[in-house]
Amino acid sequence: MKKRLHKWRLIALLGIVGLVLSGCGEPFLSALKPAGDVAQSQYDLLILSTLIMVLVIIVVIILFVVVILRFRRKEGDETIPKQIEGSHKLEIIWTVIPILLLIVLAVPTVVTTFDLADTKAMDKKDKDGKTKDALVVNVRANLYWWEFEYPDLGVVTSQDLVVPTDRKVYFNLTASDVKHSFWVPSVGGKMDTNTEGVNQFFLEFDGEKAEDSNNVFYGKCAELCGPSHALMDFKVITKSKSDFEAWTKDMKASKEPVVEGDLAKQGEDVFNQSCIGCHAVTPNDSRPEAARQAPNLATFGEREKVAGVLDHTEENVKKWIKDPEKYKPGNTMTGTYGELSDSDINALAAYLLELKVEDK
Amino acid sequence: MSTYANKKGFGATLWDYLTTVDHKKIAILYLISGGLFFVIGGLEAMFIRIQLAIPNNDFVSAGFYNEILTMHGTTMIFLAAMPLVFAVMNAVVPLQIGARDVAFPFLNSLGFWLFFFGGVFLNLSWFLGGAPDAGWTSYASLSLHSEGHGIDFYVLGLQISGFGTLIAGINFLVTIINMRAPGMTYMRMPLFTWSTFVVSALILFAFPPLTVGLVLMMFDRMFGANFFDVAAGGNTIIWEHLFWIFGHPEVYILILPAFGIFSEIFATFSRKRLFGYSSMVFATVLIGFLGFMVWAHHMFTTGLGPIANAIFAVATMAIAVPTGIKIFNWIFTMWGGSVKFTVPMLYAVAFIPTFTMGGVTGIMLASAPADYQYHDSYFVVAHFHYVIVGGVVLGLLAGINFYWPKMFGTMLSEKLGQITFWTFLIGFHLTFFIQHFLGLMGMPRRVFTFLDDQGFNTGNMISTVGAFLMAFGVLVMVINIIITSVKNEKVGNDPWGDGRTLEWAIPSPPPFYNFKQLPLVRGLDPYWVEKMEGKKEMTPAEPLGDIHMPNSSILPLTIASGLFIAAFGALYHMDDKTWTLPIMIVGLLVTFGSMFIRSVKDDHGYHIHKEDLMDDKDKGGKA
Repeated sequence: MKKRLHKWRLIALLGIVGLVLSGCGEPFLSALKPAGDVAQSQYDLLILSTLIMVLVIIVVIILFVVVILRFRRKEGDETIPKQIEGSHKLEIIWTVIPILLLIVLAVPTVVTTFDLADTKAMDKKDKDGKTKDALVVNVRANLYWWEFEYPDLGVVTSQDLVVPTDRKVYFNLTASDVKHSFWVPSVGGKMDTNTEGVNQFFLEFDGEKAEDSNNVFYGKCAELCGPSHALMDFKVITKSKSDFEAWTKDMKASKEPVVEGDLAKQGEDVFNQSCIGCHAVTPNDSRPEAARQAPNLATFGEREKVAGVLDHTEENVKKWIKDPEKYKPGNTMTGTYGELSDSDINALAAYLLELKVEDK
Repeated sequence: MSTYANKKGFGATLWDYLTTVDHKKIAILYLISGGLFFVIGGLEAMFIRIQLAIPNNDFVSAGFYNEILTMHGTTMIFLAAMPLVFAVMNAVVPLQIGARDVAFPFLNSLGFWLFFFGGVFLNLSWFLGGAPDAGWTSYASLSLHSEGHGIDFYVLGLQISGFGTLIAGINFLVTIINMRAPGMTYMRMPLFTWSTFVVSALILFAFPPLTVGLVLMMFDRMFGANFFDVAAGGNTIIWEHLFWIFGHPEVYILILPAFGIFSEIFATFSRKRLFGYSSMVFATVLIGFLGFMVWAHHMFTTGLGPIANAIFAVATMAIAVPTGIKIFNWIFTMWGGSVKFTVPMLYAVAFIPTFTMGGVTGIMLASAPADYQYHDSYFVVAHFHYVIVGGVVLGLLAGINFYWPKMFGTMLSEKLGQITFWTFLIGFHLTFFIQHFLGLMGMPRRVFTFLDDQGFNTGNMISTVGAFLMAFGVLVMVINIIITSVKNEKVGNDPWGDGRTLEWAIPSPPPFYNFKQLPLVRGLDPYWVEKMEGKKEMTPAEPLGDIHMPNSSILPLTIASGLFIAAFGALYHMDDKTWTLPIMIVGLLVTFGSMFIRSVKDDHGYHIHKEDLMDDKDKGGKA
């Protein structure tokens, strides 16, 4: 009877912990609202370890409260308590039980560690050297911006990572200047982008859960990388299988952008004079990594945010070009394109917002 | 012999402290400078919390924020927690083992001055072009990328103060091995002495890797070496390993002394011997040993691969077992005891649930795949503040309250102490509990601001309110110390009434020679043993005789100051300034010159004669 009561308490406890945790955070950002298999397995470990630990805390607190209530010294009490050396029985109990509890946690930990590191699918290549079945994205972190290259598709994009739902997406992670860390909390834990070597891992984006957050997840840099570390955000845009195929087709087919309107055309001239040295405007950027010094702007008109953090409005585009240092201190764009007049900036903004791949 | 004088002018007192080799005065030096750096680090923390109170705040700029967070971490670990731990060790350990001083009093002083000048050097960066800004971990790619001299201040300052720490560690090892009073076997040593012993061994093995890392970094930044320069074939992951091979044991270097202090306090105010003494000793040693086996759990996301991650995950979990043993032993020390809630005991009691929470989140972090989510998020910030503030700082506050009468001969006000305790404790939980959730909700650590629409607003506001409560608590403590010092009401040998170990058998503060006659130790908690047999003092182990004492010396200060001067030369040398080379040479001349004088000058110390000791009868406290 007593035992059953105990079990019921456990379930109630599980419910409470679950409720408290799931009430937390925004669906597009919170690790407590897992939207994919990787995040789910990590969340399950979180819940398992939390439960074990809450159990430990409860035991400690009960003993603790009993002790401080029962054994208070009364005023003027001069009795000397019995000096107890220890108790082998008790000491064995509180050595063995924690070991058992830890084994309960250690086994799934080790299993999951190996599961999440399984990137063998990336190594299976066909005759042309393309990955056979897996979708691979090369992530390159730079001082305050992200580049996403789809090596098998020959497509490069920046700041907005576009992925299909409900299949594994594999990542090659590296950094071009200092160490950063690639993190999309609601879809899975982070992996560092080191300045040497390439790290590999995979994520899976759950289609149904993605709808709860309008098919956009927020990604962050999780390793201190300089003044604007806090502003090194990116977005993940999820698409269904067919939408993703359509998107890749558009991207691959995309040629030099053709803009309409005088202002935008004027902006194109400004761009070609001041910006093109670093920024590309087509997704088929075949230059080597080192030459790709700044975000690819082919999809700039479709972006979720300006510079990763500002709302996507024309006003913000202008503000950003006028004084990037104000919005992202320490960025590598400041001071590289001379002084632009206000009319140049207006034209440039009009041009940039015309840069779209999908809508055409 | 200035120590015999009762009243001294300010100048004489100052000179006395600058030249002292007495472990009790060095403890006070550590306490004052550690306390000062603690306040500086605390102010930096307040800047952080004010900046993060609301989204998109511009209280401080992005670059300046990184300097503040770097200096907050570096100051709190190296310049506040470490010296405060050394303050308690110096004040207590020689007394607990029945020694007249540490094994190498001169080195003890040298250790302090090296730490002090290193710390001052590091903090001068604020006024000389900017503080280091790559985090207290100073990961290599970022720190090589960092402009200005901030990182150079970090590299040189920590090398100088690191020497001091290493010297202090070696000194305590030798002291505890060689200087124990007759009858003080290893298994009769108080737990605080045991933890000091283990910690000193950890320092001996943990600080050299840090020094290696710092030297490599220094060569990279100042002399164009390429240890961490990837483009030239270097590797930044090596820095991460070196740093954490030091960094993880460092956490235990800080926490084990706190465990030791709490063990003394639990036993004292429960009027009961420590429950499971031998398993406590065993657990301390085991924690120290395992502390070296787990460093890579700070690098789970670095990409070491599943085999390394799995091994380090399981090894990390193993540490929970000895730590759990300790928690239960403390609870059962109180069980059946007669528990008196003095201020030190309040801290000790509050420590149990607080530290347990920090410990269990540690286990959660050990689960490598889940750590991919926690790593470098506010969850980690919450975890290590629960361990370091909830463990180390509570331990130090408890220790300072507990040993204040032994160090200064006066009692801190219990009433003000309680105000500090409650505001600090409540403020602490308010500040850091919510941060677990902020981290899980996707807030990375070390961010200078956060955007409005990401769900972080409420949590951060609560956290900031808590920080102000903590600051208020510290302020009350400072007031408490000032009032107590002004009142200056002296107390006797055993002011808490329940002292168990040797330090409570002698006057507060002890005479400069500590023990007129070395005591005979007849069991664990030797003073308690005597008390239970109705005696008021220890049985002497030797007849009254002359006591050999070391002379004071200004040389430790000059040796350390020479390195301080030379460091400025080294720092600006990379700017091609002509004055830097002479400065370096002058500095090193001061250092090596002082060492030379120390080597060739015969200094045999002096003797306190038996007759003087007899005159001094029962008034030893006035020394």
